[in-house]
Amino acid sequence: MSGPAGAARQDFTPAPGAAPLGRQIRAQAAMESKLLLRNGEQLLLAVVIPVLALVGGVLAARKLGLDWDEKPVDVLTPGVLALAVMSTSFTSLAIATGFERRYGLLKRLGASPLPRFGLLAGKVIALLGVQVLQGIVIVTVAAILGWRLDGGFAGVAIGVAAALLGTAAFGGLGLALAGALRAEATLAVANLVYLLLMMGGGVVLPRDTYGATGSAVIQFLPSAALGDAMRDGFIDGALNPVAFAVLGVWAVVAGAIASRSFKWE
Amino acid sequence: MPAPPYVVPDGPAVEIDGLVMRYGEKVAVDGLSFTVERGTITSVLGPNGAGKTTTLEVCEGFRRPQSGSVRVLGLDPTRQRRELLPRIGVMLQSGGAWSGVRAVEMLRHIASLHADPLPIDLLVDRLGLDQCGRTPYRRLSGGQQQRLGLAMAIVGRPELVFVDEPTAGMDPAVRRTTWALLEELKADGVTIVLTTHHMDEAERLSDLVHVIDHGRLVASGTPFELTRARDQATIRLVVTEPFPQGAPDKLRVALGDSTEVTEINEQSLLITGPADGSTLAKVSAWCEEHDVLPESLTLGQRTLEDVFLQVTGREFEA
Repeated sequence: MSGPAGAARQDFTPAPGAAPLGRQIRAQAAMESKLLLRNGEQLLLAVVIPVLALVGGVLAARKLGLDWDEKPVDVLTPGVLALAVMSTSFTSLAIATGFERRYGLLKRLGASPLPRFGLLAGKVIALLGVQVLQGIVIVTVAAILGWRLDGGFAGVAIGVAAALLGTAAFGGLGLALAGALRAEATLAVANLVYLLLMMGGGVVLPRDTYGATGSAVIQFLPSAALGDAMRDGFIDGALNPVAFAVLGVWAVVAGAIASRSFKWE
Repeated sequence: MPAPPYVVPDGPAVEIDGLVMRYGEKVAVDGLSFTVERGTITSVLGPNGAGKTTTLEVCEGFRRPQSGSVRVLGLDPTRQRRELLPRIGVMLQSGGAWSGVRAVEMLRHIASLHADPLPIDLLVDRLGLDQCGRTPYRRLSGGQQQRLGLAMAIVGRPELVFVDEPTAGMDPAVRRTTWALLEELKADGVTIVLTTHHMDEAERLSDLVHVIDHGRLVASGTPFELTRARDQATIRLVVTEPFPQGAPDKLRVALGDSTEVTEINEQSLLITGPADGSTLAKVSAWCEEHDVLPESLTLGQRTLEDVFLQVTGREFEA
């Protein structure tokens, strides 16, 4: 334990100071990503479920002979990308943050030189990194299933913008949830909300699947707004102003709630 | 270029003045005042629920004082928190890592947030963290989590370290290593504030002990002053059967004002005062008079436990 006699004695002379903020954020983002990817359940949520939704949805649509204006894979791929954004920025983030508080990690970082902004920046970079990986996997599978990107370059730009805004909105909601509930309750609620939105929230399937009333009701959900924005972008290369506005409002409101309710402990 | 030698700066490391903290109806800290000088080890000693952790959390900037004032390294811990945090090290009472992180990985991460951290390897070796291997944090033993907590508190080369119950859950060998480490830190100019409910820890390590109970300061001094104050020694009397009604009061009268008699329980007493022949003679005369058969009569110095018993009127329950 204390080493052999005469072993080098550590010099503990004080030399305090914070690392440059950029270095702190890089370190924080690297740890967050590493731990996200190390966690099996998170990977299931991030990659396996969206891919299953895509493959299953395409096969089911072929079997049932669903009549959409576009090929099933063209309709479903933007929705599955939206689902992937939601799973990482909402469910994974909420659960991870809940357990970070539970294990005192947030409190420990709260006593370190890392400022709150650095913590948040680290989380956002890690989220975006995971989302890029998700995107690569999903786009690869979609391409194998015959996906054609009709929206062109403008569509990709709109899709990426929608994903970023969606990340802000769902990330704020995830942090607010983790700030309000205990870790176990956060885990349960985050997973439940994810499942409900996946099935009934207009994210994977276009809103008109839910009938006229359903469609009108759910268009104000962040899930439907993200799905709509991604579909209009990737399929038509069009910017859906209502969907972007809905996402923007959610992002501002959720961000405000999260920053008010955030606690290190 | 070698760094200039570290000069311990002037001014107290911690100044707490009239601190009051309440949680709803419950008063956790009740007008607490004390000072910690730089380059010392100061223990805040008290039973669970005495307000030790709350006091530390105010010093670390986690909580704003509801009343009174707190300065740490001359700074306001809540308003100047960003300036303060890089200069202090904090060991939480429990937890403090990602549930799935490995010990050395976590230590390296905390080090990377500091400008000029200690080399990780020596610290890992010293605290036996290499034994934790690839085990995730949530599956480490309590003692291993404590050792990691201590390493994280000192890795940033702080001026001042707050350690909350540092040796809870550690086995005796690791406790001694920890104590030696804290003494080396002090020798190099680091100020250490530790909370503990272990009397032996406070007595062995501290330059100054502040005893708190129910959020109030009940005694302060060096362990020597506290235990050997005013030529006082202790006589501990244990008898075979419960004392007869009113007997301790009679002993109090018999011994006079220079001696204090504290009932530990119905079969033992603590007598504090000059342990001379006359005191002993009076105690044996009293035993004879009340038909009390001593089982043991021990003469010795007061311990911090006795001090606590005397100032609070009850036994120290850790």
